[in-house]
Amino acid sequence: MKILVCISHVPDTTSKINFTDNNATFDPTGVQFVINPYDEFALTRAMWFKEKQGASVTVINVGNASTEPTLRKSLAIGADEAIRVNAEATDGFFVAKQIAEVAKNGNYDLILAGKESIDYNGGMVPGMIASILDYDVVTACIGLEIDGSSATIIREIDGGKETLSGSLPLVIGGQKGLVEEKDLRIPNMRGIMTARKKPLTVVESIAFQNTTTSTNFEKPVPKGACTMITSDNVDELVSLLHEEAKVI
Amino acid sequence: MPVLVYAESSEGKFKKVALEATSYGKKVAQQLKDSLVVLTINCDNPSELNTYGADKIVTVSSNKNNSDAKFVANSIQQTAQKENASVIIIDSSANGLSIAPIVAIKLNAGYASNVVALPNSTSPLIVKRKSFSNKAFNHTEISTPVKIIGLAKNSFGLIESNTEASIEEFSPIIVNSSLSSVSIEKSSGTVSIADAEIVVSGGRGLKGPENWGLIEDLAAVLGAATACSKPVSDMGWRPHGEHVGQTGKPVSSSLYIAIGISGAIQHLAGINASKVKVVINTDPEAPFFKAADYGIVGDAFEVVPKLIEKLKLFKAQNA
Ligand SMILES: Cc1cc2nc3c(=O)[nH]c(=O)nc-3n(C[C@H](O)[C@H](O)[C@H](O)COP(=O)(O)OP(=O)(O)OC[C@H]3O[C@@H](n4cnc5c(N)ncnc54)[C@H](O)[C@@H]3O)c2cc1C
Ligand SMILES: Nc1ncnc2c1ncn2[C@@H]1O[C@H](COP(=O)(O)O)[C@@H](O)[C@H]1O
Repeated sequence: MKILVCISHVPDTTSKINFTDNNATFDPTGVQFVINPYDEFALTRAMWFKEKQGASVTVINVGNASTEPTLRKSLAIGADEAIRVNAEATDGFFVAKQIAEVAKNGNYDLILAGKESIDYNGGMVPGMIASILDYDVVTACIGLEIDGSSATIIREIDGGKETLSGSLPLVIGGQKGLVEEKDLRIPNMRGIMTARKKPLTVVESIAFQNTTTSTNFEKPVPKGACTMITSDNVDELVSLLHEEAKVI
Repeated sequence: MPVLVYAESSEGKFKKVALEATSYGKKVAQQLKDSLVVLTINCDNPSELNTYGADKIVTVSSNKNNSDAKFVANSIQQTAQKENASVIIIDSSANGLSIAPIVAIKLNAGYASNVVALPNSTSPLIVKRKSFSNKAFNHTEISTPVKIIGLAKNSFGLIESNTEASIEEFSPIIVNSSLSSVSIEKSSGTVSIADAEIVVSGGRGLKGPENWGLIEDLAAVLGAATACSKPVSDMGWRPHGEHVGQTGKPVSSSLYIAIGISGAIQHLAGINASKVKVVINTDPEAPFFKAADYGIVGDAFEVVPKLIEKLKLFKAQNA
């Protein structure tokens, strides 16, 4: 089984988000970048398929050279090889086109991605890749088993979960549940050393016009001060919620 | 060229997000000085959409299920082509989120998800969307001839506007998927976080799973969903489905009550979109107070029972 894992390179969850150029551009100064948390679940599941079912695992990112440390980290966790499509990733549609192009040539049985990138929050790349390749897709995936060419997939739905059966090739948008938090791996020294020798191939992007463009960013308006209520005056909270906030 | 809304139903009934998307679609159609077409699939009472401004309703009846993303996406695509729609609006139910990207590819349409307001401008079409997990908003221009807007839950609300829509049945060409549904397991009885108007959430400050009766009782009085912080679900005190935050479920309820939660940046990122936030915490320095609207410094084990009692009284008086 050949698996392609899509790795998005995003600011660490603790990052404070700032913009420059009159709020037109995200400011990476002082920001630490990591593997998108949802993609880490996908990669960890891929490692399980590698170790238990002999799968080969390729990781892919669409980005400029600054994303390479994130790909190296994925190799250190255990992926066999990495591909970077050399382009600025500014539109989900564009990213999906690039990944689908690589996937077409690579004949992957399974394409694993995260359910969304925590920076751009598009939630669109997996569905788009699948649609371009005419594969089926399941997002918000919290369980995945593969047996030969058939798959059993569990996805989260509003107010519950659904079990599906399907067959490869498939695209999956994963989240916690695909593996548990405790299964996530921190690369060890040996992993880091061998990662240096694993192939990281840079391919040029295919021409494709962006379908969307970010014009500018806006920070949420700072909140007014919190109205404090003393603990022996719970009554007041009830009336404030009713009369002032009008939420009960 | 009209605006097309896909209004999702479940077991024949519209979801709230579907009516919200229709309300939103009506306003966009007015901005564009055009009409609103709404697509429904396997819905018992499509004329309910007259209350939210549909000018035309296209109904599809099929033995295929609404949760089959490929089937729904193809139905939307074919309806959009038939109606010559220029803007398509898709709600953000779990199904809506998996359908929209497929439609985008089929129609070569630019797609902006997590949109929280009416377009700032229609030519070019620019929408405001959530980004950086609620730490910022992004204004995105969609530049393709056909445009898709994914509307974030509870960001617009329901707006009535009465119309008499024509109803037309449509039989799209069906495309088969390799996926089939084996079973659905609903979380028992309680309100789901996605649909809830009010969410009551507990953190590590509650000390252990045995104390969750407090959270459940408070949620019961308010008709609220229950949620928790990440460590609480990691320790197995509560199911994973209840974990909210940047890496858990997003919450955009009208009221969010956080009990014994410190307010870490990753937690706040997921719940910031809630309108009113109440915090109950023993530590006056807890960062959550900076993000809250109402706060009580106090012990949950004393404050929450009092709050439940007062709310019961309030409910009795306002019933
Ligand atoms: C990559 C990453 C992703 C993460 N994603 C998420 C996420 O999605 N969601 C999330 O929630 N967290 C997330 N976290 C974890 C986050 O950083 C915090 O650790 C977590 O939110 C803290 O949970 P808590 O507030 O329940 O616990 P604590 O931080 O331990 O806070 C407990 C609070 O309870 C108060 N308290 C104690 N006793 C009482 C009492 N008797 N009555 C009232 N109050 C009391 C304390 O004063 C304290 O403020 C993430 C972390 C990382 C690194
Ligand atoms: N630039 C990128 N390179 C590789 N994979 C990506 C990229 N952007 C998004 N993805 C993948 O697509 C998923 C959904 O991303 P998004 O649609 O951007 O929210 C992510 O979790 C990644 O797995």
